[in-house]
Amino acid sequence: MKKDHGHVGKKYGMVIDLDKCTGCGTCMTACAAENNVSVRKDESDKERSITWMQLYQISNGKKFPDTRYSYFPRPCMHCDEDGRGGHHPSCVSVCVASATRLDPHTGIVSQIYTRCIGCRYCQAACPFDARYFNWWDAYFPKEKGLDRYLSPDVSPRMRGVIEKCSFCHHRLMRAKNQAYAEGRREIGEHEYITACTEVCPVQAITFGDLNNPKHKVHELIQLPTAFRLLERLNTKPKVYYLSTKDWVRRLADNYRPGEFKRLSKGS
Amino acid sequence: MDSPIWPEGVKRCSLTTFLILLLPCFGLLAWGGLSAVLCLWKGLNQTNMSNVFAFALWIVFDLAVIALGAGAFFTGFLTYIINRKELKNIINAAVIIGFICYSGAMAMLGIDIGQPIRGWFIYWHANIHSMLVEVSFCIGCYLIVLIIEFVPIIFENRKLNEIKPIRLIGHNLHEVMAVFAATGTFLSFFHQGSLGGMFGVLYGRPFAAREGFYIWPWTFFLFILSAIACGPCFTILCTKLTEFMSGKKLVPDNAIQTLAKISGWLLSFYIVLKIIDTLGWIYGVVPKAGLTFMDFYREGPYGVWLVVCEILICGVIPAVMLMIPRIRQNGTWLVIAGILNCTGIVINRFVFIVVTLAIPVMPFDRFWSYIPTWQEWGIGLAVLGYGVLVYALSYRYLPVFPKEKELNIIT
Repeated sequence: MKKDHGHVGKKYGMVIDLDKCTGCGTCMTACAAENNVSVRKDESDKERSITWMQLYQISNGKKFPDTRYSYFPRPCMHCDEDGRGGHHPSCVSVCVASATRLDPHTGIVSQIYTRCIGCRYCQAACPFDARYFNWWDAYFPKEKGLDRYLSPDVSPRMRGVIEKCSFCHHRLMRAKNQAYAEGRREIGEHEYITACTEVCPVQAITFGDLNNPKHKVHELIQLPTAFRLLERLNTKPKVYYLSTKDWVRRLADNYRPGEFKRLSKGS
Repeated sequence: MDSPIWPEGVKRCSLTTFLILLLPCFGLLAWGGLSAVLCLWKGLNQTNMSNVFAFALWIVFDLAVIALGAGAFFTGFLTYIINRKELKNIINAAVIIGFICYSGAMAMLGIDIGQPIRGWFIYWHANIHSMLVEVSFCIGCYLIVLIIEFVPIIFENRKLNEIKPIRLIGHNLHEVMAVFAATGTFLSFFHQGSLGGMFGVLYGRPFAAREGFYIWPWTFFLFILSAIACGPCFTILCTKLTEFMSGKKLVPDNAIQTLAKISGWLLSFYIVLKIIDTLGWIYGVVPKAGLTFMDFYREGPYGVWLVVCEILICGVIPAVMLMIPRIRQNGTWLVIAGILNCTGIVINRFVFIVVTLAIPVMPFDRFWSYIPTWQEWGIGLAVLGYGVLVYALSYRYLPVFPKEKELNIIT
């Protein structure tokens, strides 16, 4: 696999071990709570739900007793640059009002809610369906006390704008403030991790600076079992997955017959 | 009752008949008005758009009417720049249709964005890399050009023309119309192209993505060509419909035939390039993304039949029909060819918008479908109602067709 994070600056990224993931959904819940994600009275319309961290269930398609399931937790991939040698992820280059940008110092793709006009062109451009539109006014049911749990660090989004996973950017700000207060210029590996990383009960998610050889993620992405979603589209995601299972790896991208290279012989 | 403001020497139906005929338009406008209020007040949850179908019916309508309205700039280009004098007999109709299409599209876009009051951010915080910014700038400017082109036609109204300053302004605007025709052509080339570029640059969606020249994907050039191929045909169709409704001959045959012939040649050129583009996509972009052509049509209602329909039935056939003089000189065949031509381009826009989004990119994702709500239909069809209303009013009170009097001598 081609590794293309040779920048001098930081490139925050995530590695998700699919062999460990049980599909419990804690990451989704923690993400929603941490980032003040609005809910609806009836959440059955999944095409219009907001789930920054989305959990896909995948199957090997075989009949019992060979049936196997796995899960693909899918945050925003924080793509690195466009596939044509430019410097913009697919959503950033299309945004009409410059409401989304790739931070060259962190590699995080941000969304400026108060600048977004809600044209949804970025949604059309994202192959991972990682961008969500606010079809309704923000709603945090008072009767369930949800309004009291809102995080003061994250602004709730208004109707008519796009939102998406920010790699818990406010946590980076918090960690930086703490470091400055203590007279440090750098933050440690574990000082900034996302909410989903923190809560995963099986520690399937690892977060850190992909460029920093001292960080665990830097080591993990070198593994032969590491891969990315839709790698062939050349969007250069900063979210990596690990799996020893060929059928799982096979489902991470599109392959024509004979193109997929197996990792192991028997899986 | 209103005969003093009719163009000189022509006959029109009574005002009561006129208003009764326009009742369906008022109905559509009322339906659209209610839908617009609901969408602006309650939000875009009134539609069936979703996080999968970020673009839907309205964008299809937008792109379709902008392509069909291309007759305005292209006929202007042929009339004032290439100096095809016979087209002066149809240019007014082309300009009015263009104005209707572009103003309707702008109104629809205003409702389609989630935060309409931030619409000006496109201009203020413009991202120069975005094709949609180019579209917005050019459409905005071109609508102003269309208004400038429409104004002298309004000033030609019999009563308005009696007022000297208005007559002078109208006359002088006519004199400098070539400048606006050239400006309109320049702007239209870019926005028609960037509308195509909008989809060609979606490199994350192999169904729409295209290779290209420098920063412009091939769709950029194909959209320009397809628009100038169908725009004149749509102008012909509107004219023919007016002739049918009024029971009069309004435009001399040579103007219609010139447009039909040019449209036919452009459509042929476009279809050849479209076929090459499709083959290049099938054997280039698609395999590079690890897919085969048929992977896109594994499920859902949008099958290969759409490709056959777009390229063969509504592309090759009308192109051949319009190129053969004997066929295009036959009124019925000309209308059939025109309808096929316009339908093909509308299918093309539909495919690039709806089918692109319906097809999942991640292998484990599913195919999605979408049915518009009555509010979406309401706003889309209101543009039709608005168009018919403006066109009918223009025909009734303005000398849209300069040869009408000559071709229909009242005895």
